[in-house]
Amino acid sequence: METKKPKLKLAVYWGAACGGCCVSVLDVHEKLFTVVENADLVFWPIALDTKYKDIEAMPDNFIDVTLFNGAVRNSENEHIAKLLRQKTKILVAYGSCAHLGGIPGLANFSTKKEIFERIYEQSESTINPEKTKPQSRFTVAEGVLEIPEFYNDVRSLGQVVDVDYFLPGCPPQTERLVEVFLAIVTGAELPPKGSVVGAGTKSQCDECIRKKTENKQITKFYRPWEIVDDDETCFMEQGIICMGPATRTGCGNRCILGNAPCRGCYGPPDDIKDSGAKMMSAIASNLIEKDPQEINKILNDLVDPAGTFYRFSLPNAIFRRKLV
Amino acid sequence: MKRITIDPITRLEGHGKIEIFLNEEGNVSNVYFQVPELRGFEKFVEGRPVEELPSIVAKICGVCPGCHHMASGKAVDAVFGVTPPPTARKLRELFYMAHFVHSHIAHFYALAAPDFVVGPDAPASERNVLGVIGKVGVEIGTEVIKQRRLAQEIQALLGGHQTYVVMNIPGGVRKGLLPAERDEIVNKAKGFIEFSKFSLKIFEDVVLGNKDYVDLILNGPYSLKLHSMGLVDDNNHVNFYDGKVRVVDVNGNEHCKYSPEEYREYVAERVEPFSYLKFPYLKKIGWKGFVDGQESGVYHATPLSRLNAADGMATPLAQKEYEKMYSVLGEKPVHATLAMHWARLIELLYASERLYELATDPDITGKELRAELGKIHGEGVGIVEAQRGTLLHHYWTDERGIVLKANIIVGTTNNNAAISMSIKKAAMGLIKKGVEITDGILNKIEMAFRAYDPCFSCATHSLPGEMKLKLCIYDEKGNLINTYERK
Repeated sequence: METKKPKLKLAVYWGAACGGCCVSVLDVHEKLFTVVENADLVFWPIALDTKYKDIEAMPDNFIDVTLFNGAVRNSENEHIAKLLRQKTKILVAYGSCAHLGGIPGLANFSTKKEIFERIYEQSESTINPEKTKPQSRFTVAEGVLEIPEFYNDVRSLGQVVDVDYFLPGCPPQTERLVEVFLAIVTGAELPPKGSVVGAGTKSQCDECIRKKTENKQITKFYRPWEIVDDDETCFMEQGIICMGPATRTGCGNRCILGNAPCRGCYGPPDDIKDSGAKMMSAIASNLIEKDPQEINKILNDLVDPAGTFYRFSLPNAIFRRKLV
Repeated sequence: MKRITIDPITRLEGHGKIEIFLNEEGNVSNVYFQVPELRGFEKFVEGRPVEELPSIVAKICGVCPGCHHMASGKAVDAVFGVTPPPTARKLRELFYMAHFVHSHIAHFYALAAPDFVVGPDAPASERNVLGVIGKVGVEIGTEVIKQRRLAQEIQALLGGHQTYVVMNIPGGVRKGLLPAERDEIVNKAKGFIEFSKFSLKIFEDVVLGNKDYVDLILNGPYSLKLHSMGLVDDNNHVNFYDGKVRVVDVNGNEHCKYSPEEYREYVAERVEPFSYLKFPYLKKIGWKGFVDGQESGVYHATPLSRLNAADGMATPLAQKEYEKMYSVLGEKPVHATLAMHWARLIELLYASERLYELATDPDITGKELRAELGKIHGEGVGIVEAQRGTLLHHYWTDERGIVLKANIIVGTTNNNAAISMSIKKAAMGLIKKGVEITDGILNKIEMAFRAYDPCFSCATHSLPGEMKLKLCIYDEKGNLINTYERK
């Protein structure tokens, strides 16, 4: 005596994002028809009515699942994150920015003031002798114009509201999204709250397609353009920094397949708290050199460690931003 | 003063907002188009190794990551003072043509077609891509999704992932193409050419075959006399990947033609306090405000402006369609904003033909993928045509190639002033004293900016329905006195 299950109410929203997460949803391609069969999209700013008032009017927990992508960069992102939390049963931090802060999180190496000065004053093609800056409230002849307030810090979604699940990746692999979606639709038992879903538990190195040898001793670091990669040996063994040791599986080795080292968009696996700390220990354990001066010389070739180790995760790192 | 707020229309890396102010008579007195978001890439790429930038800046836009990846890759080559070998150069352009095919297909079918195939005044519930499928049939709808998927697959093959692109390395590319993979791309390219022809046929039958639509394109409130910008090759033919930037004035005379590194002599940007997005203009003319015409510095950078700025297309079938468009519309440059849709389909055909040319080029499966790098020059500019306009990346580095500064002018940014003015013109033409504001009117205002395919109406996001719009009219005290909603 099966009764037809009501369709899932699904919402997709972006904070400070690039749109790539939404493209990853669209990249279900022909499976789109399956999605539409099983779910009603109740909120998707690009596709549906984006009036926030309509969301406010919904009863609490009206939406079954919200995929929130993008970081929290301004007052509007924060407001909608809180609103959607209230209206949603299962809030998913979808993609690297919502999960860890993502690429926009690199802005935490600067301040709001520095960003505004660079873009609106110092930019070489900008002519702005009056040093005009965008203002969240500005009075024109006809009335007051408003835009959201740009915050000093970028935050991940979990730093602003309570998140049920994290689905990593920049963007998430579409196959992983489909798996999670089907699990929810079929009523499969869901993992405990706060889990990372749609990804593995091991590190990239455990599933890497590249060959590892016993020769793990790094004598020099190279930037990718300084040597001709042999297309098959572990990047780290060749002296090219790869975030594989500190990154969770799930992407299907996609950058490695493009002959590029991993940059950590899936974030660290459960047993690693901080990507940078893990990378430093991975590097230290691979250095054959014992002389401190020689070690310094080797490490000197390791450029921009902070921007590399926290490429996608600065807001969630132990050191969350540059101090000013 | 009455006020109409359209918030949000949809997004540009966030969302867009339109404020329409009406005077006491109920006519439009002014319109403001606001972009409410900023992420600050130019600042936070400072300190990064320059070779990392092509993949970092790809995150400016997840819909056109390939454009930023390519412009950045070219800027990085310039920083190293290096030219990629022919195979690498062609592989990049091959990837880039697939990128155009995916984006232009998505825009035309998901965003533009509902207004024409279903109709600008049709009920809103039908005026979406599912409505288009309803009109043209599920078979064609599936074909649209399939062709876009095939284009995404080519990008994933060459770039690691279609959205997270890791193709470029200073002086070349990271990965070559195998003959078997090449053969598959050749087959896909043949399919794209046929599909492009089919799409132009739909446009001809549905749009050009309908007197009302032709009238709307030519005589509706959608025409602005703007200068036209586009990248051209040595023959002044449209090129997406490389060449010089050419600008023709409102009468079609060459205003300037410059190499990427000379851009600051010709283009400048203005800051307005009500928007996070800057307003570029032609520097030699100067900023004269939100006005069109020969005396204004406002230009556009769109599929239509690219065709206007060029003398023709570099591939035979696209050239035929190019000639046809100008002959039917009877002028060059064309100033009808809605003709951007037609120009976009001609570009789709060009990208497909060019993709075929590149895939069948013997160099494409070559083994020489990277050039020897010389000394780091410390500065480089890269320009490509993004789907949504001329895209520029400019980097300065220290002697180790660590980024000191970056300046970026994004495709849609070029059109910021033009989009604002198009919206204003449409609003002024459509909202008048005594005229009831209907759903059709709202949609026709939306059509003004949709033609630009700006990132805030990213075609690929519009499934499964069209966004709704709501207009709120306030009295001078800010009290809501009336709302109109298109459901």
